[in-house]
Amino acid sequence: MTTSTPSATPTRSTGPAAALRRARHQSAGDLAFAAFVGIALTAVVFATLYPIWFVAIASVSAPDLVQSGQVLLFPRGVNSFGYEQIFADARIWQGYRNTLTYAVVGTAINMLVTIPAAYALSRREFRARRVLIFFFAFTMFFNGGLIPNYLLYRDLGLLNSMWVFVLPTALNVYNLIIARAFFEHSLPEELHEAAFIDGASYFQVFTRMVLPLSKLILSVILLYYLVAHWNDFFTGLVFIRDADLQPLQVVLRDILLSNNVFAGGAGGAGGTGGGYGQQFADQIKYGVIIVSTLPVVLLYPFLQKYFEKGVLIGSVKG
Amino acid sequence: MTAVLQDDDRTTTATGGEPAPPSRPRPPGARLKRHLGRQWQLWALMAPAIAFTLVFAYVPMYGLQLAFRRFDFEAGLAGGEWVGLFYFEQFFSSPQFWPLLRNTAVISVSTLVGGFIAPIVLALLINQVVGRRRKRFTQTATYLPHFISVVVVVGMLQVFLSPSDGLITQLLERVGVTGVNFLGDPSSFVPVYVISEVWQHCGWNSIIYLAALASVDTQLYEAARIDGANRWQIIRNVDLPALVPTMVVLFILNMGGVLATGFEKIFLMQNTLNLPVSEVIATYVYKIGIVGNQFSYATAIGLFNTVVNFAFLLVANSVAKRVSSTSLW
Repeated sequence: MTTSTPSATPTRSTGPAAALRRARHQSAGDLAFAAFVGIALTAVVFATLYPIWFVAIASVSAPDLVQSGQVLLFPRGVNSFGYEQIFADARIWQGYRNTLTYAVVGTAINMLVTIPAAYALSRREFRARRVLIFFFAFTMFFNGGLIPNYLLYRDLGLLNSMWVFVLPTALNVYNLIIARAFFEHSLPEELHEAAFIDGASYFQVFTRMVLPLSKLILSVILLYYLVAHWNDFFTGLVFIRDADLQPLQVVLRDILLSNNVFAGGAGGAGGTGGGYGQQFADQIKYGVIIVSTLPVVLLYPFLQKYFEKGVLIGSVKG
Repeated sequence: MTAVLQDDDRTTTATGGEPAPPSRPRPPGARLKRHLGRQWQLWALMAPAIAFTLVFAYVPMYGLQLAFRRFDFEAGLAGGEWVGLFYFEQFFSSPQFWPLLRNTAVISVSTLVGGFIAPIVLALLINQVVGRRRKRFTQTATYLPHFISVVVVVGMLQVFLSPSDGLITQLLERVGVTGVNFLGDPSSFVPVYVISEVWQHCGWNSIIYLAALASVDTQLYEAARIDGANRWQIIRNVDLPALVPTMVVLFILNMGGVLATGFEKIFLMQNTLNLPVSEVIATYVYKIGIVGNQFSYATAIGLFNTVVNFAFLLVANSVAKRVSSTSLW
């Protein structure tokens, strides 16, 4: 009968739907169900992507058409006024530069701290392993809170300096756990045995064998840290006074939420009734959303598998 | 037996995690010396992580004593005069206490419920998609908002919900609903917050459930099919049970955040109109401590919050351990 068919075809698509399709007799109920799934997921995808699409088309459309609800699916009255204003706005580029600096320096420190530690924690013969895992994991559930952190940074001279963006967040325990799970479950143990017989040290094994074999997890952790730095708003808000040091997200908040849209300070702030200034302010806001999110959204489809891998590796209970 | 299984340090050491070249003659004690040498290297690899964690996680914990001391500018983290529970009593008896507690609990429990159920439903739906490409596309699309910054998400909320010319406000006006102000009306703060949280993170949080569903044995589906189960019954009796262990672990972790609302998003969504429902412990600590410089009082409020969260985590974990034998540790 059908005893060997399911397991003999591991390359075929799996999941209940595929299994049912192979059964080949779909009842009316099944078809209705499939239709329901299709409609529901289409609605979900639409609801997810449409707001982003709308912001994109509104950023290049005539503000009066957007404001009167005539721009819904495609741009109308295409113009680049908003983007011209944005490109002329020094605040945004200063924020961009700062964020890039913090992200690059910060991620470099993150990797140097996280990856060697994750490797050491993955070694089962490491006697302090359990104690150290507790030492790190405890900080995920219990912490000193905002004020002790603030005072510590003050005493260390980190307040209002770029180092507050990169040093306190040097180690993220979730990323440490993900990397450790990868090293523990994905590297063959024979590798170590062979290397140790040849008299290699842990340092040599780590730099010459483990790292080259771990490009996947290195990419995953790198991306997680990069995105976290890119989106960091809290640090700038709480610990930075100097406008020249503010990252992109704080600049964005000024433009998007505090309505300081025009670089010169004039403009939208008073125009709650939707006057001329407010219309163009809105167009600039749409453009700012696009300009600040574009790097992530453009890179994302290519990097998505790495992001996803991180969750899957991390979910292995270890 | 279980003790041996748990102590995997010892088992692997015995089974050759520490291999010695058999042929070379060595002086006595060399093995120990080499072993210590090796372990020293692991400590060296750990050193930066330990140092950063000590300084930036454990020193602030030491600073929690500020909650029991009158803050002294010179002493800093070491604190000043001991005042015991003075600041806690001040907080519990302040008129802010109950509104803050209620707002924090309402926002985080609503988010917890919505943010817990939505990814499960989405994963079950995506799992029903037949074509691999369509599945991939759906996943890619729904993960995307997770990477948008909080500032931009709140900025989008503002432009979409603006009472004068927001897209959603306009669409509602066309169907005859006028005069809504989602951003200012206190009763719409929590729904807007939760829906936008779900919009942003639902897809991403479904990944882990999809992985659990992918590991369900296909034969189970075919057996259920032969037994005459329809697709709805298969979801209920095959798919859902497969998700339970993941659900339990995530639920425990979420319980640890029962009073931990995201500071950033609430802070950014706050305005004078919605403040009666949007002021939560985290934003209050910021305003009292950083803006208002009442360091000891703010530390006490923050500590209260952390302790409540930690207690919920421990309770949830022990209940889960007893009920379903799944737990964090």
